[in-house]
Amino acid sequence: MRNEAIVLVVAFGYLALLFLIAAIGDRRAEQGRSLIGSSSVYALSIAVYCTAWTFYGSVGRATEAGPSFLLIYLGPTLAMLCGWMLIRKMVRIARAQRLTSIADFISARYGKSQSIGALVALIAVIGIIPYIALQLKAITVSYAILIDYPAQTSLQHAESLFFADKSFWIALVLAVFIILFGTRQLDASERHEGMVTAIAFESLIKLLAFLAVGIFVTFVLYQGPVDLFARAAEDPKLLHLLGLDNVPGGAAGWVGLLILSTLAFLTLPRQFQVMVVENVDERHIKRASWLFPLYLLAINIFVIPVALAGLMLGEAAQTPDSFVLTLPLAAGLEFLPLLVFIGGLSAATGMVIVETIALSTMISNQLVMPLLLRWRHLHLDHLYDLSGWLLGIRRVAILFILFLGYLYHALIGDSYSLVTIGLVSFAAAAQFAPALLIGLYWRGATRIAAAAGLMGGILVWGHTLLIPGFAQSGWLEMSLITAGPFGIEALRPYQLFGLQGLDIYSHSLFWSMLVNIGLILLVSQFTQPSRLEQTQAVLFTDALQNEHLHTPVWQGHTSRGELRQLVHRYLGAQATERLFAPFQCEGDLCDDQDPAPSEMIHQAEKQLAGALGSASARVLINSVVRGEALDLQAVLSILDTTSQTLEYNRRLEQKSEELTRIGQELKEANDRLRELDRLKDEFVAMVSHELRTPLTSIRAFAEILRDTPDLPATKRQHFLEVIVRESERLSRLIEEILDLARLESGRMTLNLQKLNLVEVVQQTRDAVARLYEDGGVTLTFTHQAQDPWVSADPDRLHQVLINLLENARKFAKTGAGEVSVSLSQVGRHLRLEVEDNGEGIPESEREKVFEKFHQVEQGNQARPKGRPRGTGLGLPICRGIVAHHGGRLWIDEPADLGGANVILELPRIPPPAQAQDLDAVTTEPSP
Amino acid sequence: MLQPPSRLTSRLLSLTLLGLLLFTPPLLLLLDRPSSHGLSWLPAWLFLIWLGLIGLAAWILERQDAQ
Repeated sequence: MRNEAIVLVVAFGYLALLFLIAAIGDRRAEQGRSLIGSSSVYALSIAVYCTAWTFYGSVGRATEAGPSFLLIYLGPTLAMLCGWMLIRKMVRIARAQRLTSIADFISARYGKSQSIGALVALIAVIGIIPYIALQLKAITVSYAILIDYPAQTSLQHAESLFFADKSFWIALVLAVFIILFGTRQLDASERHEGMVTAIAFESLIKLLAFLAVGIFVTFVLYQGPVDLFARAAEDPKLLHLLGLDNVPGGAAGWVGLLILSTLAFLTLPRQFQVMVVENVDERHIKRASWLFPLYLLAINIFVIPVALAGLMLGEAAQTPDSFVLTLPLAAGLEFLPLLVFIGGLSAATGMVIVETIALSTMISNQLVMPLLLRWRHLHLDHLYDLSGWLLGIRRVAILFILFLGYLYHALIGDSYSLVTIGLVSFAAAAQFAPALLIGLYWRGATRIAAAAGLMGGILVWGHTLLIPGFAQSGWLEMSLITAGPFGIEALRPYQLFGLQGLDIYSHSLFWSMLVNIGLILLVSQFTQPSRLEQTQAVLFTDALQNEHLHTPVWQGHTSRGELRQLVHRYLGAQATERLFAPFQCEGDLCDDQDPAPSEMIHQAEKQLAGALGSASARVLINSVVRGEALDLQAVLSILDTTSQTLEYNRRLEQKSEELTRIGQELKEANDRLRELDRLKDEFVAMVSHELRTPLTSIRAFAEILRDTPDLPATKRQHFLEVIVRESERLSRLIEEILDLARLESGRMTLNLQKLNLVEVVQQTRDAVARLYEDGGVTLTFTHQAQDPWVSADPDRLHQVLINLLENARKFAKTGAGEVSVSLSQVGRHLRLEVEDNGEGIPESEREKVFEKFHQVEQGNQARPKGRPRGTGLGLPICRGIVAHHGGRLWIDEPADLGGANVILELPRIPPPAQAQDLDAVTTEPSP
Repeated sequence: MLQPPSRLTSRLLSLTLLGLLLFTPPLLLLLDRPSSHGLSWLPAWLFLIWLGLIGLAAWILERQDAQ
């Protein structure tokens, strides 16, 4: 038996230290030198998640359900990993709208609905009070063990008179603490720096205490972890302790518990309080995202060693929930058990403090104030200053919560083990998750749907967890569980509709989430959100995108005086002065009769929301603002206009791009036209020139004939021949120009027939044979093509071939001229090469010869041969005709003879049936 | 006016999904093997994975302070 007085002095001394720390924290905050402006303090304050349930209960759960105790911490780890997206979003929204609790948050999302707020607050109170009771119970039990050990402790303490129960006094001290540091002022955003400082300190203490026990057990009682595990492995009862088969519900139960802890971590009122409301800088979330999981890991690392050591100790270790305390006690230590007790006290009081503040805010803002406001005309509006009332309500709520917690603990505290109550509370808090998370990411979720989901979920929770819990405590008949309510087997709470194989929490989580999420999704499809809901939905879902979407939305009218009076009534004189100071007119030119600017109304609403909750604040502002209180149409049209403007912008950009592109195309087209125009001019000039040359000589000779009648007959004969030749030349030229015009305008019609190219070449050769003979030029023709059939106009093809052969003859070497024509088959084409042994055409000139009126200069600079005979239109026309036949005409490198090598390619066609046997004739030199 | 998720966001989301995958069956069943002593390795593996995730998260979050 330890000295009771020492333990009490240490315990209350520790609480006094908390007061001191909180007071320092508050003082520093007032001086503007905040103690909590660091991400480490933020992470430590989030560690309020680890309650007495973690401190004592983790070991207990490890002995019963193996590694599944870790799930309670792995879930929050996952939630924190995406905290930078999720929690930051919540922080930003809560700051912009001065939201002070999770009930306020959810109610604000669904159009600042009072009913949703009240519903969430009610669920929180019902679900969390047992959890608070659990902390008080942990304090009582740990105190009793510390005093009575090694005697077995029963919970008779709790049933003795309340003033003999230490937890009653602790609860009372906590109430004083919370009232002092939790309800000091009303105007701020419900931020309690002193309280957060104390909580962070408590987190540090409980971690140190648990690590101390862990190190003592692992390294003092045993020679390190290896020794401990080796010894544990010798005990056959412990062999399966750490496996998955020891987890209730198996794999499904594992997943269920993981999901449950993830959701509860985000929705437990105290977590919302420290993570969102008490957050001073959203950048702190970044470091806390890994620091807090690290804290969780550290506080759990020795759970398994302690559990194994406790089990191996046997009887002396008493119940698994108290191993942390009994192991050092059994070893006969004095100081360490006291440290453990303080650690447990830290864990319990930290949770009670934050949870009570969160719950009292909800009770006063979401439950009591709306009722008072509704009944205001009865008595409240005679009072000028209501701010005292508000604090009073808050304080009464704190006492009420702690009293309920104590009552719960005193009356039914021993019916459950620690972990059980904790998980029941988790499952209740998890019911907020669908309304919260779906509301954060889906605009379509409506108020009625959220209410339906919350109510459905909590009803299923009550049926599958809370009420059977009562039955197990002996308050109700056990037949409720075994036979189902009213004997209906399908409704058995732990096997709803016969679903078996899950542990009770996963079972409850599955059914309640099915109903909760199902109702939200389903009802949202069939309900219409109000305008305020739509606005809030946009503000919530786009919180991280639109950082500055806080347009003042009040467009109604009220006077400065009225607004001042309203704020003064609820927040007190000091806060009112602070609020209105930025709106003072210069030189006091405006008095209370002047209309209040909309930004001022907006600020007033925000301040009131911080103190009273967003729903009540809206009601109050509505009561003084006349006319169109809130022009939601205008807000929505602002939003609409913004998105429309964006849309227009996007379209304009598109159009402008299109215009640029079209402009570019037009410019190119214009350039082409100019070029064509230039070419046309050139062409006309050249044609005129070409026409004038023969005309000039015709005219000259004709004039000579006219003016000299006595010209000798031979001379006259000669002149007439010149005139005839030049006329022929002229008409040939005109014929060719017409051809060219037809070709270029695409009006040339072809009389296509199947022709044997070899025959055509031979006919052409016959036609030019005489000329070749006269010029002394040899013409050879070779062909290796099978079935040299083409589809062509015979006259035009003839024209082309004559032109090519004529050109070759003209340019062949004078005296010993040689021209070779060869026909071959290249792929699907027939290729006809006409080569002479003249001087050839330089590569740079090869394309130019196909330009109109281009003439290849013969000879060289020193010894020009003069103008070639021809019009300069032959090759362009040939190329046009060949192109019309789908073929190609170009000049290539000389092959055998070294002169110009003109190549004609035409598509090959299958031979007509009766011409199959046309013989392939080979080389046959021309005469 | 949706912005594409930043690199930080997508990394953290991937890490969360990785954690979810590693902390749940069926991958978990692979780790539930008895050691030579007879006790299961499962808790040891869980702590290791946990530590790994925290380390990765710290690496991702601390090196991008500029963002």
